[in-house]
Amino acid sequence: MADGSTRTITVEDSFSDASSDRPFTINFGPQHPAAHGVLRLVLELDGEVVERVDPHIGLLHRGTEKLIEQKTYLQSIPYFDRLDYVAPMNQEHAFCLAAEKLLGLEVPRRAQVLRTLWCEIGRILSHLLNVTTQAMDVGALTPPLWGFEEREKLMTFYERASGARLHAAYFRVGGVHQDCPQDLIDDIREWCGTFPAVLDDIEGLITDNRIFKQRNADIGVVTKEEAFAWGFSGVMLRGSGVPWDLRKSQPYEIYDELEFDIPLGKNGDCYDRYLCRIEEMKESLKIILQCIDRLEPGPVMARDAKVTPPLRAEMKHSMEALIHHFKLYTEGPRIPSGEVYTCVEAPKGEFGVYLVSDGTNRPYRCKIRAPGYAHLQAMDWMCKGHMLADVSAIIGTLDVVFGEIDR
Amino acid sequence: MSLTTALANDLAELKDHVEATLGDALVHAQIAYDELTVTVDRSKIIETLRFLRDDPLCRFIQLVDLAGVDYPGRAQRFDVVYHLLSLQDNARIRVKCAVGEEDTIPTATPVYPCADWYEREAFDLYGIVFEDHPDMRRLLTDYGFEGHPLRKDFPLTGFTEVRWDDEQSRVVYEPVQLTQEYRNFDYLSPWEGPLYVLPGDEKGTDDVAKPRK
Repeated sequence: MADGSTRTITVEDSFSDASSDRPFTINFGPQHPAAHGVLRLVLELDGEVVERVDPHIGLLHRGTEKLIEQKTYLQSIPYFDRLDYVAPMNQEHAFCLAAEKLLGLEVPRRAQVLRTLWCEIGRILSHLLNVTTQAMDVGALTPPLWGFEEREKLMTFYERASGARLHAAYFRVGGVHQDCPQDLIDDIREWCGTFPAVLDDIEGLITDNRIFKQRNADIGVVTKEEAFAWGFSGVMLRGSGVPWDLRKSQPYEIYDELEFDIPLGKNGDCYDRYLCRIEEMKESLKIILQCIDRLEPGPVMARDAKVTPPLRAEMKHSMEALIHHFKLYTEGPRIPSGEVYTCVEAPKGEFGVYLVSDGTNRPYRCKIRAPGYAHLQAMDWMCKGHMLADVSAIIGTLDVVFGEIDR
Repeated sequence: MSLTTALANDLAELKDHVEATLGDALVHAQIAYDELTVTVDRSKIIETLRFLRDDPLCRFIQLVDLAGVDYPGRAQRFDVVYHLLSLQDNARIRVKCAVGEEDTIPTATPVYPCADWYEREAFDLYGIVFEDHPDMRRLLTDYGFEGHPLRKDFPLTGFTEVRWDDEQSRVVYEPVQLTQEYRNFDYLSPWEGPLYVLPGDEKGTDDVAKPRK
């Protein structure tokens, strides 16, 4: 091949050469239920023991970063929903924070509280999917059915806030798009009351399940040093006992005034990371309730005529507002030139946006730092020496979503 | 507020320390938007990264991100941008170095193993070649893809399009044919009104004819 990728190994090669001592090579994916999307792994096996893993990614590559360079800042936001599509708002958040940092824009209090609230709902959405599908990867079918029922309720909340179940585009530069009505907030509070029982049920299915434990405990062990060297973040770091959470260490929005704990693992194996995720859901629930208590009436969008759209009512009588509205939705706001890196603690780890602006209405460069990308490249050494069946458990614990890895 | 001031002081201290130690490897150091950016010479990049990782006052043990940026107008066209994180000091630093189109840059994989895929990505999307990289293959683009899509001179629509061909029973690659030209609007019209003077503009400055507010 032109780019020097001559090392493509195919199954036929191994068959034709079956008499030699070469390891047996198989393709895992891209269409495999445990591949969590479109992951192609080329596995070299010695019997049933994995000797080398070569992940082939990019099957979902859509050129998000290239597209963002061609769009205005407002038009860029929906692309972030499509990265990690199980927790869309957390991604938008990092981009909005980057633009706001360049603008030096203050976000109103109510918008900050709402953002925190929706980010934590995103965290529960993501962890519910991960925890339950990991159980499915190792053979249990019921947990995802139960978990997805709750996910459905949360996505209904998403829909009621933004109009879309998944691709919300709800966070905007300067705040959030629209205020949440009080009955939605009341329903979220009510859901917070019912969810612990469901979580207990799911835990009852998985946590002490003998098969689940055998398939996960002592599998995919990551030491602290390895986690640092390989750029791990989020649960992959905390599962190995590193007390590091951006919500605590570099707090954004209102996280510094909230009370919540950071669950840590001890052994750094798949089972500890599962336990961390379960505990994080409980902490998220606490945060959501605290956010609801802190919600006070007020604006949800900063008032800066050159950046944020005018109020609808204002446009009815003010020519100035109408012109601003037109300019903001065609040309879009100009963001001062400069470069910033902002990151948020997304459910899967540190999600960062490196934004370079040249002072025009379009980003000059927008590098998306996806947590799953760093985790997936560790597949090779994490799987080495494990059995073939453990590969799916390790993919599950890495919490990969191909929207964000392939971008 | 005190926390922010404390962090700003830490950052200034860190800048002084890095400036003092890096010596002639350093091209430029600045703090903008509360972020420290260090520009170094590309031949010294490995020493710089190693120093930042091992120095007891820095301890940037994590490579968070590695990005390429393309500035076609410059003599050295690309920037390779490293984002490092120190968990000990809760600090971040950005290391940049410029690379020309014909140049190569040493790989950071001996210092940070996770640079592997990031460098493959930068090679894939920008064509920046990392010397001594263990496995310099394309990563994100299609098997057999040609060109480097994130370069500014690479068209958004690309050069080839794919479709399933029923007769040949396989996916075929063809040159892109757009039924409608890609519409690239130029929004860079002046937002605040033109800077040149039109006849009649002097009226507003006159005391007699004040603009209505």
